[in-house]
Amino acid sequence: MPRQFTPKVVTANRLLEGDAVWFTAQDTWSTDIADAELMTDEAHADLRLLQAQGQADVIAGAYLADAKEGDNGPEPTHFREAFRTRGPSNYAHGKQEQNHV
Amino acid sequence: MYNYNDFDEAFVRERVAQFRGQVERRIDGSLTEDEFKPLRLMNGLYLQLHAYMLRVAIPYGTLNSAQMDRLAHLAETYDKGYGHFTTRQNIQYNWPALKDVPDMLSDLADVGMHAIQTSGNTIRNVTADHFAGAAKDEVADPRPIAELLRQWSTDHPEFQFLPRKFKIAVTGADNDRAVIRAHDIGLQLLDQDGQPGVRVIVGGGLGRTPMIGKVLRDFLPLEDLLPYTEAVVSVWNRLGRRDNKYKARIKITVHEHGIDEISKRVEDRFAAIKPSFSGVDQDMLRDIEAQFAAPAFRNAETDLFDRAYAADPLFRSWADTNLTDHKADGYAIVSISLKKHGATPGDATADQMRVMADLARQFGHDELRISHEQNVILPHVHKSDLPAIYKILRANDLATANIGLASDIIACPGMDYCALATARSIPIAQQIAERVDALKIEHDVGEMKIKISGCINACGHHHVGHIGILGLDRAGVENYQITLGGDATQDAAIGERAGPGFAYDEIVPAIERLMLGYLDLRVDEGETFIQTYRRLGAAPFKAILYPQEAKSHAA
Repeated sequence: MPRQFTPKVVTANRLLEGDAVWFTAQDTWSTDIADAELMTDEAHADLRLLQAQGQADVIAGAYLADAKEGDNGPEPTHFREAFRTRGPSNYAHGKQEQNHV
Repeated sequence: MYNYNDFDEAFVRERVAQFRGQVERRIDGSLTEDEFKPLRLMNGLYLQLHAYMLRVAIPYGTLNSAQMDRLAHLAETYDKGYGHFTTRQNIQYNWPALKDVPDMLSDLADVGMHAIQTSGNTIRNVTADHFAGAAKDEVADPRPIAELLRQWSTDHPEFQFLPRKFKIAVTGADNDRAVIRAHDIGLQLLDQDGQPGVRVIVGGGLGRTPMIGKVLRDFLPLEDLLPYTEAVVSVWNRLGRRDNKYKARIKITVHEHGIDEISKRVEDRFAAIKPSFSGVDQDMLRDIEAQFAAPAFRNAETDLFDRAYAADPLFRSWADTNLTDHKADGYAIVSISLKKHGATPGDATADQMRVMADLARQFGHDELRISHEQNVILPHVHKSDLPAIYKILRANDLATANIGLASDIIACPGMDYCALATARSIPIAQQIAERVDALKIEHDVGEMKIKISGCINACGHHHVGHIGILGLDRAGVENYQITLGGDATQDAAIGERAGPGFAYDEIVPAIERLMLGYLDLRVDEGETFIQTYRRLGAAPFKAILYPQEAKSHAA
């Protein structure tokens, strides 16, 4: 039996800085997963991934990642994706640093 | 130390210029990521979880003070003020911007350094004993051979598209500090009645299928090293499994074909190519050897050391733990721990790098080494200078007295940085170190090698740790498996899995139980953890790790 499709966001790394970004419904990239387009339809998600990958001059390595609807927008469901929204745990570097400056 | 000749200089500069053009074309859209990726990997540039990562080679772990200063400059100018020394004697920068990387490589070229072949399916940075040229037990300095191999393997046209990566390690002593039995090729320099030679070990490796290397040639005359090594890589290049990357490493090739068949093919190939080696490689080796001549050691009293050792218990503790016997009278090898309790294993700030560079300049014949255990070495220090060095190290958070002890942990970057990781490693290492420090047990526990990997690829060498920890993703949660009884030395052994994994908040208490349990099990203070494990086997340690199960079996 095929696995049931779970909600997804498109995520990638920015070409110049390399930091994690998420694909919005407006075809832009945000450093906040809450701005991402959450997709519940598999065919639509595959199409959006192709469109995201088309922006090769902005990002690298786009893929679909599991997410869920939260109070302020999409949230990660897996710890790896949660780390990508924050940064490493040994220093306050990455997004957690930018968010507190 | 080896100094670049005009050829090396021009070669590295040309590579920087090529990569600068490639980065420009990627940024302006002329190159897609698929096209660019193999080009950036050839120059050590990865794209990780939060940023790009540049891996810079420190060939055979040797560098001078100007090079260390330059590493500090890179950390400060293009990164966040620190660098991470790795288990393969490289340094990694975790936060460079793509546009800056060509400048970083250009700055490195100024001091004879590069990031070439620190990634990709090529022959990687050749590693060596970090005590090379200094150790009392050394037969021969492995670095000239390592440099010869570096030159031979760099851009070698036959070996740019290998089935998989290929790692070579060299040691010049019986006591293996370079983990040669867990490399694709491990080389041990020998002296047989005055004739220099090499023991060639092949097919070792960690990762998903850990294997201890097998002896391919017990004694190979040194002059045959290059053609013989070329024959080994050539045979594997032909036979290696390109259909399945998990079976592509030479350890699988040796396993599938058998050491005898591999040996036969290597000897045939060796016989075929040997005549094409005219001896120019031996001339080059002589020239390289001359550049690795030992520094002029001085004859001086060691009273200053003796007095400080008698008077200062902190200095004594550090000296007992962090010094190793030197081949020259009155000298010592200093290991500078990058494992302060609670710090990230292998990380050094730019300021600390400059301090260590200054120490090398002022007291250490301008030499530094990076160990695969992620520490920094001053290989040649006169004992009378040790009190002064210790004072400077203390003032810069570099005087932790824990070399070889439980908090001297190898840890890969894990899921805090690495895109391949399945769990975090660094916070586990930090918490174990903090815990042993709080309990004040590590000098009592004594020699203990804890090695942590954040995925099955085993960059943290967990298979050869006395206690190995492997971080996995089990149904979306971090989970840590323990292996016991591994050994990275001349008595190399793959650790045995202890049982079910532990959750993130259970793993540190489990390691604590192991340490305290060992203290109860050992015969006396002279029996190390690994000796106790070998004497008793895994059973009592499993009972310590899984007390509930032990109880239910007893019931």
